Amino acid sequence: MDKVMRMSSEKGEVIFTKSSCCLCYAVQILFRDLRVQPTIHEIDNDPDCREIEKALLRLGCSTAVPAVFVGGKLVGSTNEVMSLHLSGSLVPLIKPYQSILY
Amino acid sequence: MNTTSTHFVPQRRFEIYERLNQISMWEESFKNNGGMYTPGSVIIPANEKTNSLSEDTSHGAEGTPHKYDQEASTSRHPDKIQRRLAQNREAARKSRLRKKAYVQQLETSRLKLIHLEQELDRARQQGFYVGNGVESSALGFSDNMSSGIVAFEMEYGHWVEEQNRQICELRTVLHGQVSDIELRSLVENAMKHYFQLFRMKSTAAKIDVFYVMSGMWKTSAERFFLWIGGFRPSELLKVLLPHFDPLTDQQLLDVCNLRQSCQQAEDALSQGMEKLQHTLAESVAAGKLGEGSYIPQMTCAMERLEALVSFVNQADHLRHETLQQMHRILTTRQAARGLLALGEYFQRLRALSSSWAARQREPT
Repeated sequence: MDKVMRMSSEKGEVIFTKSSCCLCYAVQILFRDLRVQPTIHEIDNDPDCREIEKALLRLGCSTAVPAVFVGGKLVGSTNEVMSLHLSGSLVPLIKPYQSILY
Repeated sequence: MNTTSTHFVPQRRFEIYERLNQISMWEESFKNNGGMYTPGSVIIPANEKTNSLSEDTSHGAEGTPHKYDQEASTSRHPDKIQRRLAQNREAARKSRLRKKAYVQQLETSRLKLIHLEQELDRARQQGFYVGNGVESSALGFSDNMSSGIVAFEMEYGHWVEEQNRQICELRTVLHGQVSDIELRSLVENAMKHYFQLFRMKSTAAKIDVFYVMSGMWKTSAERFFLWIGGFRPSELLKVLLPHFDPLTDQQLLDVCNLRQSCQQAEDALSQGMEKLQHTLAESVAAGKLGEGSYIPQMTCAMERLEALVSFVNQADHLRHETLQQMHRILTTRQAARGLLALGEYFQRLRALSSSWAARQREPT
């Protein structure tokens, strides 16, 4: 879906979330702890919410939200993010976008 | 033939009742005489002279009709009377049969109740014996226990038994000489065993997420350390670290990184849970309070609860990944020692729970 492709290829991290989703919130907290400021797209306020969900699932995301993209590429949902982080592979991925501050 | 009807009727009724009395007396005597008695029937000698009712009336007026004996003649009664008598006999018979059936039902139910109570006691004792969290009657078999949760508890009991067996084996093997290959298979089995528990919990969470969240199947001391339905992964690493010495520099670095990322992931999930609590409280408290217990945002509140299942799964995923990473970083021997230490740690927690429960029961 064009809209999803456009939004996900924005620079840095992009996370598709829903305002009611607390796991999405947890993922955002994690990135904040890693000194990263992702672009958040809350899709439940978007009129195309259903289409976006379907597109995210088609792209290979295990659950539609949260959907994490880094540098335009799909990283995955909560499961994938957690696995990557514990294996030490998440930080190298986001390193270019980490804030030097604090 | 008859006197006035007013005079006649009461006498006739009296006569019929007396006749019934006679019949039951006859029944008794027939019963005592054995064999020939059949319920509900009275053998009246066929050659009795039957009198008309009017004659009986006149007799009844003079004295009691109890002069009848077995050989006594029955008066010639009109068919209507005979029919009524037969109906009464039939009704009495049916009533007796119904009473018998009812009493039998009561007996059966009573036995069933005793049997069920025994089963319940036995099951409670079994739970206690296995040494998992089903210690007090307040836990375990509450009204809300679904069969899926009961099945989980039984499965968990088996899981603990197998766990104890594996720990024993690891201990024995590590004290002696053991090849790396044999050790590797033991380590693999131990890892698979933990992963099996996470799968069991996932199934149980779909049935009753609150049950899993509150760690109801665990012992009390284990529950003290509960974090989203299980142990804290960071806590696990803290317990195991001393047992891995000596670590190479690379290993030390990897373990440090793992500890940090584990802590960060844990914090993120904890904050997500706090947000969930907050939004659920909002849903429940929405609308005017003090006007009734109906939750105006019931659908919303229910959706929040659905999210609990994903949190429990995520927490278990974190535990799974932590164990997996430890396995990757360590050598086989180090992993074996670590798994032994971990198993013994939980065994000690369970033993502590038992001791504590025993202490509480002792009279002070």
